[in-house]
Amino acid sequence: MVRGQQRLRVKPATVFVYIVLILGIVPMLFPFVWMVLTSLKPFQEVFSLNLLPSNPTLANYGQLFSRTLFPRWFLNSTIVAAITVASVLFFDSLVGYTLAKLPFPGKNVIFVLILSTMFVPTEMLVLPWYQMSAQYGWLDTYWGILFPGIMTAFGVFLMRQAFATLPDELLDAGRIDGLSEFGIFLRIALPLVKPSLAALAILTFIGNWNAYLWPLIATETRQMYTLPVGISLFSGEVGAQWNLITAGSAVAVIPMMIVFIIFQRQILEGVVRSGLK
Amino acid sequence: MKLKLSTRKAIWAYVFLALPLLFYLGIRIFPTLQAFQMSLYDWHVQADQRSFVGLANYTRMLSDQRLLQAFRNMLWYGLLGVPAQLILGLTVGLMLHSIKKFRGFFRAVFFAPYVAPAVAVSWVWSLLLSPHLGIVNQVLWYLGIDPQPFMTSPSQALPTVTFVVVWQFLGFHVLLFLAGLESIPRDYYEAAQIDGANRWQTFKNITLPLLNPTIVVSLVMATAAPSTGMLQLFTHVMNLKFDDPGGPLGSTLTVVLYTYQRAFQAYDMGYASAIVVVLFVILLIISLIQIRLTSREVEY
Repeated sequence: MVRGQQRLRVKPATVFVYIVLILGIVPMLFPFVWMVLTSLKPFQEVFSLNLLPSNPTLANYGQLFSRTLFPRWFLNSTIVAAITVASVLFFDSLVGYTLAKLPFPGKNVIFVLILSTMFVPTEMLVLPWYQMSAQYGWLDTYWGILFPGIMTAFGVFLMRQAFATLPDELLDAGRIDGLSEFGIFLRIALPLVKPSLAALAILTFIGNWNAYLWPLIATETRQMYTLPVGISLFSGEVGAQWNLITAGSAVAVIPMMIVFIIFQRQILEGVVRSGLK
Repeated sequence: MKLKLSTRKAIWAYVFLALPLLFYLGIRIFPTLQAFQMSLYDWHVQADQRSFVGLANYTRMLSDQRLLQAFRNMLWYGLLGVPAQLILGLTVGLMLHSIKKFRGFFRAVFFAPYVAPAVAVSWVWSLLLSPHLGIVNQVLWYLGIDPQPFMTSPSQALPTVTFVVVWQFLGFHVLLFLAGLESIPRDYYEAAQIDGANRWQTFKNITLPLLNPTIVVSLVMATAAPSTGMLQLFTHVMNLKFDDPGGPLGSTLTVVLYTYQRAFQAYDMGYASAIVVVLFVILLIISLIQIRLTSREVEY
């Protein structure tokens, strides 16, 4: 009984915090709710004052997938994001591991060199990248869209921090067992930094799925557009067909929401571990 | 011949780094230098047709009214958006940190816009904020407030863009602050409680100083980071007003959008390079000043 009474005594400050947070839900989530509801309305009904569709229909999605290049853009985005994430996970952790655990001359110079690239804005690089891509025939190819992102300085930094916490004795044990240096990295070190790998994977996926400036420049034919480029130019073309625009946006947004809801704990942990607090 | 362990490790290190170094030199560092070089040339599709023009691309900026407007807009984006992101991010972060129930749920609520593609978000907001048919004006009408022009008015368009950007990236800053708050050892708070410190004193003397590294990161990210920075806006500006990017009357034009237009619509690559070089230098100086002014060593 006593415990129960104590639990009932809620501080007014806490109540206030919950009220503010609950009020915050409306502006944060309403655009998504509206987007999904509108995408379920037939075209004539889009401007009606009723939030809920009177006859919910998936026709907009049907039209999106059968009459536009939307499925292709979805596929392109998936391919680009998947290859980039795999490459980033492998190379960033390899470089992070090398910088954290292997002694060699010139280590600090290389670390600073890699980190310094974080400070160069993308816009400054897209012009030379465009020239380079035009010269080598990379424009309008998957490689052309994804080559700038196959390694990231941020990921190197994150993984270096993660590997630095591993005790050296563990790696030495691997050496005694006769593992090669690459084997030690792959079999011993890598499995121990899974939370950081998860965080890096998710952040890289989000970044690539949403990337706009470079894919807009690197693609020429509609078949090669990524989802954001497709939505942007497609919306510009179809003008006021809000039912299609909202359906397209929903298809782009929902996978990200699912990924995030599943992995949000790892994202937070990754940020804590990176020391990027 | 058996190599010493340290020599063997060093050899492996270079093997591991070979490909990545090639990437960073070829795809990051060389293009950076190339941008500087391009800014000194009058660009042409054919390499042998490009002529060296010295600093002409730089002096041309001084009389380019549209560019100067973009820089003025950049200042406003920064002055409105950066404090908004920081203050809201810290406030929501503190609130989420203080509650015990539904923390994961609320974290997801505030982070949701961040994971959504900026293009999709901008289109949805441009429809919500449409002056005649948008739901925001309908709500205002119910509340007895006159409908607002939002993106169609030169005076309201820039704050409207800022609002959408802050709305989208707030969750990112909340996450940074949450991570910062979680890394403050509980002992400090217990000690403060024993000393009889009240909430405000605890916040001012413990939370705020220990959050300093987070505040610096959040400030620099909100100002100058490639996708989240207020001074590097592109995607939102382009998609919130697709029929006239940067409009109305250039009131939302950003430096990055202008560079894009010069480079890929006018094929004026040399001039565009000069603009991004100047932007890069400005961002670097601002970031360094911010880090210098806000970083404090805390000893406890």
